[in-house]
Amino acid sequence: MDYFLQQLINGVTLGSIYGLIAIGYTMVYGIIGMINFAHGDIFMVGAFIALITIVALGITAATPLLLLIAALVLVLVIAMALTAVWGWTVERIAYRPLRGSFRLAPLITAIGASIALQNFVQISQGARNKPLQPLFQGGFQLSDGAGTGFAVQLSYMQILIIVTTVVLMAGFTFLINNTSLGRAQRACEQDRKMAALLGVNVDRTISLTFVMGAALAAVAGLMFLMYYGVVDFFIGFVAGVKAFTAAVLGGIGSLPGAMLGGLLIGLIETFWSGYFSVEYKDVAAFSILAIVLIFMPEGLLGKPEVEKV
Amino acid sequence: MTMTEPLLKVRGVETYYGKIIALKGVDLDVHEGEIVTLIGANGAGKSTLMMTVCGSPQARNGSIVYAGEDITTKPTYEIMRTGIAQSPEGRRIFPRMSVLENLMMGGMVAENKYFEDDLKRVFELFPRLKERQHQSGGTLSGGEQQMLAIARALMSRPRLLLLDEPSLGLAPIIVRQIFEAINELNKTDGLTVFLVEQNAYHALKLAHRGYVMVNGVITMTGTGKELLSREEVKAAYLEGGRH
Repeated sequence: MDYFLQQLINGVTLGSIYGLIAIGYTMVYGIIGMINFAHGDIFMVGAFIALITIVALGITAATPLLLLIAALVLVLVIAMALTAVWGWTVERIAYRPLRGSFRLAPLITAIGASIALQNFVQISQGARNKPLQPLFQGGFQLSDGAGTGFAVQLSYMQILIIVTTVVLMAGFTFLINNTSLGRAQRACEQDRKMAALLGVNVDRTISLTFVMGAALAAVAGLMFLMYYGVVDFFIGFVAGVKAFTAAVLGGIGSLPGAMLGGLLIGLIETFWSGYFSVEYKDVAAFSILAIVLIFMPEGLLGKPEVEKV
Repeated sequence: MTMTEPLLKVRGVETYYGKIIALKGVDLDVHEGEIVTLIGANGAGKSTLMMTVCGSPQARNGSIVYAGEDITTKPTYEIMRTGIAQSPEGRRIFPRMSVLENLMMGGMVAENKYFEDDLKRVFELFPRLKERQHQSGGTLSGGEQQMLAIARALMSRPRLLLLDEPSLGLAPIIVRQIFEAINELNKTDGLTVFLVEQNAYHALKLAHRGYVMVNGVITMTGTGKELLSREEVKAAYLEGGRH
């Protein structure tokens, strides 16, 4: 039971990170029907920007707690803003000129953008692992493992990740459902031509979607960096594929689907690693995706395409 | 009709879909306060003209002047912010948005302070929409969707309303309701309406002036009554359309 609880905590933490990245995939797919393969690398760029900012500000675990928190908020804002610029730029350079072209064209430039970002970071930052000393140590001991010999830990870091994710997702859901920007985004998703006929600047709305996705990926990047304590130029690939899987599992195009999918992929991976074998955790995640898609091709929360009148 | 500059002036407009020409030099005027009807067979280019006015697609040749300003090469979203609204072919209701949200989308270009009043006004015009305001657009019947499309266009407080086949596929009683609503908007608010219709009899009766389009060119023009009495119009567009 204790072991189960520990895996659950770890799974939710990992799932939070996947979920934040998955939102970027699902929103871009929703609005322009394209898989932004460079999104995983945007996440990686976000992690690097966060790392550089942390080092530049001289933040360490020795920083007084209040100051540390304030500094991390600053890091978060800077990373979100700069990564958003990267997301905007990729859309502007690699995708917008090809809008209205054949469907495969932006997919190819997306792969190109992904390789370009990876190589840029590899060359400018070096190919070696970049470590970061843990900023938050310790946590709550939920059980001391007296009976079972297994102590359950909920670290401060995990709490930070889960709380930040929940807050951001709640805010984001509100933005999409209740603001005029969110309505414009949903309108573009459902009928771009009609949205333009109602005075929506479609290009700008699409750009903003990339900006938002990139900002959330930057948050995920910062959390990944602090949780694992190490980044390199290639982390975007694996995390990107996982988050993409999460988006598809939840139903690509669906915002709650991306969150649910992220959570599930995180849980599946951790539980499989905990109870079966670490080596096959990716196989488990992808197998479950395949099985779900066989029975529910639109994903868990995807919208069936029958409403068209 | 009048000597003043028309609100919408279309001159020599040619529109292409790729290499295929859809409009072959169209001239057309809509004056402030008028209801102008454009009739023509399926595929004549009526909807294309309407979409060309809105810049989607843009005219390759010719000019479109609205309220004294050349809008031929403006992007669609800018044109739609100058007081033109369209209820397009196929209605294009956002299916996964509620009726209310569809109307909010319509009101996006108008100032926020008008929203409540405008909402009340379109609900008075189409009470059915009020009953269904929280239902999603995709679940409405064809007639309700048509009402919603017109209401959504009205929410932007247009000076010029473009209506593409508002009667298509609707029961006669609903067609009458919609045409009465258009007439009332024109009479009481002085709204200028440019209407495209296959249902020629009702549309010409309603209109101050009309145009007939055949294969991408205007072939006839006159007042609604004149066109209704013409033999060619009767033969081509009014067979069985009187009901």
